[in-house]
Amino acid sequence: MSHSDPAEIKKTVRTYLIVGAALYVGTIVTVAVNHVHLVVPMAITAALIIASVKGSLVASIFMHLSHEKRWIYGSLLLTVAFFIVLLSVPLLTTLDNIGSPNASQTVIVGDHMKMER
Amino acid sequence: MDMNIPYTVEERPDTGLYNGKLGVWLFLASEVMLFGALFSAYIILRSGSVEWPHGELSIPFGTANTFILIGSSVTMVMAWASLKLNQWSRHKLFLGLTLLLSAAFLVNKYFEYSEHLSKGEGPWHSTFFGLYWTLTGLHGLHILGGMTVMLYLLGPGAKLHKTNPEQFTNRVEVTGLYWHFVDLVWIFLFPILYLL
Repeated sequence: MSHSDPAEIKKTVRTYLIVGAALYVGTIVTVAVNHVHLVVPMAITAALIIASVKGSLVASIFMHLSHEKRWIYGSLLLTVAFFIVLLSVPLLTTLDNIGSPNASQTVIVGDHMKMER
Repeated sequence: MDMNIPYTVEERPDTGLYNGKLGVWLFLASEVMLFGALFSAYIILRSGSVEWPHGELSIPFGTANTFILIGSSVTMVMAWASLKLNQWSRHKLFLGLTLLLSAAFLVNKYFEYSEHLSKGEGPWHSTFFGLYWTLTGLHGLHILGGMTVMLYLLGPGAKLHKTNPEQFTNRVEVTGLYWHFVDLVWIFLFPILYLL
């Protein structure tokens, strides 16, 4: 899409307003789903799906990512890769039970007793 | 000798982008990592905790602020589109509205913070409130940063529109990119802190 053609810009303005309305609807749905009292994993999944849809609308339409140049996509792809690493590293440490109070270890209780936990 | 900085308006032949746009996107990439680190801390602290508090934050306050920020994103993009359509007074109106909405967001946040502090729920109160204050505090600082730039564009920075309207339009566009990112972060902060 051309960002210098006034006719195209006028068309885009309509899109911006529709996306704004969709974001409002998304917010209402998020709050409404919260009132349903779903089990925690379901509630987290639902909220994150709605937030991701809303975030994608902001990024693709308002930030014009739906029609950007290769260099922008390239830098964002790198960011996503590093973001995944950033999220994975602490999660892997939890899987290893590092830092967990329930990790198996021997503790000394008093002078004579040893117990496993 | 020509001392002008190149590619402030025209696009570089190799990237197809003007300098400011590439610069802001690289800055936003670093911002993703900054907030990503804090989201990562949230995930590890929450998944490692035996219990997690619910209903500590006011959902009406959070919802109102979500509506305000979405509205400000719409007015911001309209401010840019108005410049593209050579509608200067509409541009000023929309940019002013964006500034007003961002101020409303901070006023709302002030009342919310005051309420928590009066109950002794500062960042020292618990892991949850530590995360809440850090994440929303950093986000609030980003709102302040955006407001400063908008004030400049409405005030002394507006003079550039007379001498170099295209460069001014580009400045508004990159400010908008930053502002939409701040909105995007809040779109994720609202459910994870207020609802889940």
